[in-house]
Amino acid sequence: MFIVNGKEIENSDGILLEKYINENGFKKERIAVEINGVIIKKSDYSNYVINKGDNIIIVSFVGGG
Amino acid sequence: MITEDEFYSNLIKRHTKEVHNKINSNKIAIAGIGGLGSYIAVSLARAGIGGLLLVDFDKVDISNLNRQHYSIKHIGKYKTEALKEQIKEINPFTDIKTLNKKVTSYNAADIFGQYKIVIEAFDIAEQKAMLVNTLLSQCKNTKIISASGMAGYKSANDIITKKINNRFYISGDFVTESDNTPLMPPRVMVCAGHEANMALRIILDETNP
Repeated sequence: MFIVNGKEIENSDGILLEKYINENGFKKERIAVEINGVIIKKSDYSNYVINKGDNIIIVSFVGGG
Repeated sequence: MITEDEFYSNLIKRHTKEVHNKINSNKIAIAGIGGLGSYIAVSLARAGIGGLLLVDFDKVDISNLNRQHYSIKHIGKYKTEALKEQIKEINPFTDIKTLNKKVTSYNAADIFGQYKIVIEAFDIAEQKAMLVNTLLSQCKNTKIISASGMAGYKSANDIITKKINNRFYISGDFVTESDNTPLMPPRVMVCAGHEANMALRIILDETNP
């Protein structure tokens, strides 16, 4: 189990961050990802394996300003 | 003309000397001076900020007049110059620096790294994400206040400020995007007010939204 934006995610431990992002409707170029208090660089999305207990915050940006 | 003394005495009378000194000894960088950034800059200048860096590559266009702090006479001018000119008429004593440049992941740390507070006020979602990601990973002493979701005319009460971590705040309703909803002035101004207020709060040691 890990946590994304405060929600518990079951049965997905060990999934690649990039895969989680793609499968859950997030757009890689429009987000910022923090895991356990550390910002993850975009270039690391494809090799970060989500661990049991990770606390993940995905901030999505929408256009307008 | 009013003197610097008269100008600051008036602010001190309103804000107290302690508050004024904190605001006046800080400089803030604003990335993008369209609908959000132009209003953020004007409100911080009115509040007596010590200095501003205004960054934008764009020139004022007729399509900006619906929500940005520019007038018909500014059309065709660089936004940086048009905004600096206006701010100097409001608060001639704040130190305005300008940069006409497109911000990228390659130059962002150089442009903004020396600022303790950077306000993201871009229009395009990818640019917003790029700046936040770059500054959070490369500029460890910089706090960033960003914005996401302020198009349309849904309730202004949906626009809030969230603290993601000690260096990252975000204002907006987080969902209403300009790709499919037109930007209208009141909600853009509400969101600009949120960002500018969060900057003032950080300066005044109030680190929660």
